[in-house]
Amino acid sequence: MTAATAQNLPGHSLARLAAERAAKQEALTAWKLAAPAVVLIVGLVLLPTVAVVVFSMTNFELGYDDFQFIGFDNYVELFGDRTFLISLKNTAIYTAIVTPLSVLIGLGIALLIESETRGRAFFRTVYFLPVASLLVAMATVFQYLLHPTLGPVNALLALVGIPGPNWLGSSQTVLISLAIIGVWQSVGFNMVLFLAGLTAIPRELYAAAEVDGAKSGFERFRLVTWPMLGPTTLFVTTISIINAVKVFETVKFLTEGGPNKSSEVLLWTIYQEGFVYLRVGYASAMTVIFLGVLIVLMFLQYRVLDRRVHYT
Amino acid sequence: MRPAPLFSLRNLRLAVLSAGALLFLAPYIWMLSTAAKSREEIFSSSLSLWPQHWALWENLAKTFSRVPMLQLLLNGVIVCALILAAQVIVAIPCAYAMAKLKFRAAQIMMTMVMLGLLIPVHTTALPIYVVLTKAGLLNSYFALSAPFFISVFGIFLFLQFFRAMPDDLISAARLDGMSETSIIARVIVPNAWPAITAFAIFSVVAHWNDLFWPLIVITAPDKATPPLGLLFFRAAEAGDDYGALMAATLVITLPLVLAFLLAQRRFIEGITLTGLKG
Repeated sequence: MTAATAQNLPGHSLARLAAERAAKQEALTAWKLAAPAVVLIVGLVLLPTVAVVVFSMTNFELGYDDFQFIGFDNYVELFGDRTFLISLKNTAIYTAIVTPLSVLIGLGIALLIESETRGRAFFRTVYFLPVASLLVAMATVFQYLLHPTLGPVNALLALVGIPGPNWLGSSQTVLISLAIIGVWQSVGFNMVLFLAGLTAIPRELYAAAEVDGAKSGFERFRLVTWPMLGPTTLFVTTISIINAVKVFETVKFLTEGGPNKSSEVLLWTIYQEGFVYLRVGYASAMTVIFLGVLIVLMFLQYRVLDRRVHYT
Repeated sequence: MRPAPLFSLRNLRLAVLSAGALLFLAPYIWMLSTAAKSREEIFSSSLSLWPQHWALWENLAKTFSRVPMLQLLLNGVIVCALILAAQVIVAIPCAYAMAKLKFRAAQIMMTMVMLGLLIPVHTTALPIYVVLTKAGLLNSYFALSAPFFISVFGIFLFLQFFRAMPDDLISAARLDGMSETSIIARVIVPNAWPAITAFAIFSVVAHWNDLFWPLIVITAPDKATPPLGLLFFRAAEAGDDYGALMAATLVITLPLVLAFLLAQRRFIEGITLTGLKG
């Protein structure tokens, strides 16, 4: 018995040694394969994020080499900064206009396309086209379309006797004009997500609802489509909010925050402070708040996604 | 058989969809029409779509002579290609290691990836800009592309795709004596084409269209990408030569729109991936 174990032991441990060596070898290979990615994630994502938080507590300005830690002074200053507060407010208003419109129109178009057999592929292409187009380029087109004197939109309005507003040039309409562009650009994206959600609804549910007395299309929508689409809707809504909060291109290209700060939005303010006035410390504090808002939104989105998994 | 009434629900549906489609296409229609109009005509009649006097070639000529349009397009291609190549070459081995090899750090790396997904480029822009400025690297292809050499989202996407691949495939390749690198090159990549194309489209669309980062690191027109070039062009034209401006817009928009029309399904797949990214 003892002899047998003694005889077996070396062989056994040899096998284990070989297995251990193989495992070590595998771990080493894994490390080699992952190393570039790890270095780049740390260097380009994690460290800069830490740096932003650190910068946000300094009075660092590019061009001046010495800077001091000033604690939370930047944050205190931010919440007394008229421009920043306007910027927060405008971003919120822009988001509040774009999100419901792009979600509802996206849903509406998806429902229409789903139930219409004619030209389905054509309509999907057309509504998705703005998503695939260069936003900056299309902004130029909108600048022309909405031009107060040359633009076709006001020319059309004049035909029916309505004096057109100075869309992008007046503080009353500028956010609405930007929001129209934002909606135009994002509807197709939402539509595609809704189309995917719609095809996932089992056909039998509609038949069952009809048997149960849901005769009209609206009843079937209320009883089957809307509840089944719930998770998709929540998902699309959070994405739309996140994208709306990130509005920058159209503002830079069309209004530069004006007139009179009426289209000042978060990323534009950060861009101005950090990259134009080079007040890195102060802009970092804004960035931290911007990141905070996004993380809260994404956290909500993960929760929603999580629920979706359990739902279906 | 009763003929279908003209004002049926079905036709109403089609009418609504068509009207909406026209509204969505309107900017493109006006872009084409305005690009073909002369300056005088744009000032006089904005509602007639058909130009009385064709000026498309003159407008295009202006576009190509006043800004280095070919250079802009070339810059866009170079930057997108650099970014995509680096992203794929870095992300695929990493995702493979995380999905199919056992090593202790895998858990920590997963956390890193999830953290990375939360952080948009706007957050890291300031410190990276400071470093690039101090290193004197602004106004270069490197400055344009380097911050995007890692796509955490790419790792995440490939990771999920690789996890679904059967282990037998890899074991068989190992028994044949293939090294891990050649397994990636000859087994994983050929089987991952759908994920790679979707990611490629996602990446190219994002970076071809990006204005934020080029605006920050580029001040010289010779390194500008198409969106930034359009901005310079508009500034140079004082912004009211809409014919030339629309011609420039047309030239810059066309490559992606054509690619989209040719490979719609792939495009929609690729772009809706951003949904996952948020």
